Amino acid sequence: MLKVSQKVDEKLKKILDKYVSEEGNIISLLQDIQDVYSYIPWEVVGWFAKNLDIPESRFYGVITFYSQFHLKPRGKNLITACCGTACHVRGSDRLINWITRELNIPKGEDTTEDGQFTLERVACVGACGIAPVVIINKKVYGEMSINKLKRAIKDKR
Amino acid sequence: MGTGGIAAGGTEVMEAFNSEISSAGIKASVEKFCSLHKVGCRGLCAKDVLVDIIIGGEKTTYQKTKPDMVPRIVEEHLINGSPVTDWVAGEDYHNFHDKQTKVVLSDCGEIDPEDINAYLAVDGYKALEKVLKSLLPADTIDIIKKSGLRGRGGAGFPTGLKWEICSKVKSDRKYIICNADEGDPGAFMDRSVIEGNPHAVIEGLIIGAYAIGATSGYVYIRAEYPLAVERLRKALVKAREGNFLGKGILGTGMDFDIKIKLGAGAFVCGEETALIASIEGQRGMPRAKPPFPVHSGLWKKPTVINNVETLANIPYIIRKGADWFASFGTEKSKGTKVFALAGKIKNTGLIEVPMGIPLKEIIYDIGGGVEKGRTFKAVQTGGPSGGCIPAELIDINVDYESLTRVGSIVGSGGMVVLDDTDCMVSIAKFFLEFTQAESCGKCVPCRVGTKRLLEILERITEGKGREGDIELLEDLGRDIKASSLCGLGQTAPNPILSTIKYFRHEYEAHIRDSKCPAGVCRELIEYSIIEDVCTGCGACIRACPAGAITGEKKKLHRISADLCIKCGACFDVCKFKSVKKA
Repeated sequence: MLKVSQKVDEKLKKILDKYVSEEGNIISLLQDIQDVYSYIPWEVVGWFAKNLDIPESRFYGVITFYSQFHLKPRGKNLITACCGTACHVRGSDRLINWITRELNIPKGEDTTEDGQFTLERVACVGACGIAPVVIINKKVYGEMSINKLKRAIKDKR
Repeated sequence: MGTGGIAAGGTEVMEAFNSEISSAGIKASVEKFCSLHKVGCRGLCAKDVLVDIIIGGEKTTYQKTKPDMVPRIVEEHLINGSPVTDWVAGEDYHNFHDKQTKVVLSDCGEIDPEDINAYLAVDGYKALEKVLKSLLPADTIDIIKKSGLRGRGGAGFPTGLKWEICSKVKSDRKYIICNADEGDPGAFMDRSVIEGNPHAVIEGLIIGAYAIGATSGYVYIRAEYPLAVERLRKALVKAREGNFLGKGILGTGMDFDIKIKLGAGAFVCGEETALIASIEGQRGMPRAKPPFPVHSGLWKKPTVINNVETLANIPYIIRKGADWFASFGTEKSKGTKVFALAGKIKNTGLIEVPMGIPLKEIIYDIGGGVEKGRTFKAVQTGGPSGGCIPAELIDINVDYESLTRVGSIVGSGGMVVLDDTDCMVSIAKFFLEFTQAESCGKCVPCRVGTKRLLEILERITEGKGREGDIELLEDLGRDIKASSLCGLGQTAPNPILSTIKYFRHEYEAHIRDSKCPAGVCRELIEYSIIEDVCTGCGACIRACPAGAITGEKKKLHRISADLCIKCGACFDVCKFKSVKKA
């Protein structure tokens, strides 16, 4: 649980000031929050709701609508598996099944119990020419295979 | 150096060249000057990394370049003037490019997207200058109308007409928005254009703003495109420095600037009213039209929303003329279109061809045909809103009208090639999984309808299909199309209706015989080991994650049907092809 302490208060003030000065909207605000914490801590939403006089429910509506926002912390390593048409047709399912089994990701969850890895599926990252695509910690891997996957996650375990 | 090129090792190759060139001391040699440039995406993803060596005006292109190839290229070609012929791009590369007609992609892959001077050197911003200094907004609109340009995002609405309607609405503020929320799985041309030539898009936006009288502009771009976002940000900074944006553009009275708005991972936000809601900070839920955005859009002001590719065409049309653009294409589909070739095809990548080109030429001449010697089954066009074009229709021409007539759409231009190992029912289910997840939930036909369609498809692919399911899919599909609020729901049933039309026999096999002819649907296939082929090497036993395979060394191995989870690991690992999938 994230306690909104004095130090944290300053980080949040900076985001708030930017929102006010640039006539921002809730989406950009949430994107800034997620840039800092890598997810959206609900306590932080409460802080902004209070300071901007916007009901928490509005934040909840926007957070749960857009797939970019996460209310739970992400793993240390982020594996993004593209599930677009081209990747699907070139075997993305097989890669995803392998990762899930190999890293022991619990059913219904996307993060390993030790918080090391998060596996997220996305609709299409737009690199269809080099399908199947897996992005690991922002690095794009094209023409991915199980062997390449093994090598890529080896040093991160 | 687009996303694909970088993933293939473009940065490492560039660094290798950098260090080889400086250590070879070429810069210091007499009469030899060497400059190294990165360029955007040239479109042929399959042959990355591509490197051009241009000496005295003569160009040689290397393909599939790796860092360890660089020292030899520098020594033999750069220093001694003799190309390493083994590594030079061959017939495939030239076939890929020769049959294309590049307009929007003409400078992508040729100029450095982060250097505005490179854009200016190829007549960049000259169209803007022409428009601001010698044309009225109405004249500009006339040129675009005459060119016949239609929206390249999917709907194909005449761009000139859209601008004209908005220009006539009186308002204190108007907006122009570039829709860079390219969400169609299988489409990546917008990403590539922004990564490869962001200034063309910016120039198009400013010209559009002039034509309609917009006071500010936005580019709504997916957050999933970080490189494109970065290149666009840099380009906007340079454009402002060059007085192409901001106050008093090019010394005229026009004030206009552009802000970037990041998407947040919602496919439906590619729909114009949902996009507007998103910029306003709300949940991206579409609303009923009319009123159309040209009358009441962002913050209820008149707004024009254009796709990236549409805008990138504008500077070329203004410079070279409406007649030039209209000389390509067909009567109702003028100009060129960028298609994204993906799936089971040899030359995956981006191609730009005149509208009306035969599909056969795209698949075989430019695309190089189906890879791995398999049989062409169908090509899925237009993403989740589109349909399949089966092999027997390969002779059709690719334009808006012809594709609509066969039950598909041009859409954003995505083309995913399918072969005989693809199951059409499974493909339809794949698209419904997507549209169901992305449905905003506002209207019942889409929210509930896509869910029911998906449930029926899931039953069918699991061998639990019932007699009457196909007719039910058709009825439901037609109702959902007719009553959904926005384009997402209105087109979600298309992949189902299209695959039923041309591949009904596959649906029937799943339902009546519990068989998946293509060998894809897990519950309907069985893995077994062929007796005479198996060498008993044990590779499959080691690969099996479920411990379902038993067998002694050098003796026939067996898969237990009860334990087998149909993951296909044994099929993949067996070097002797002794695992059968049926």
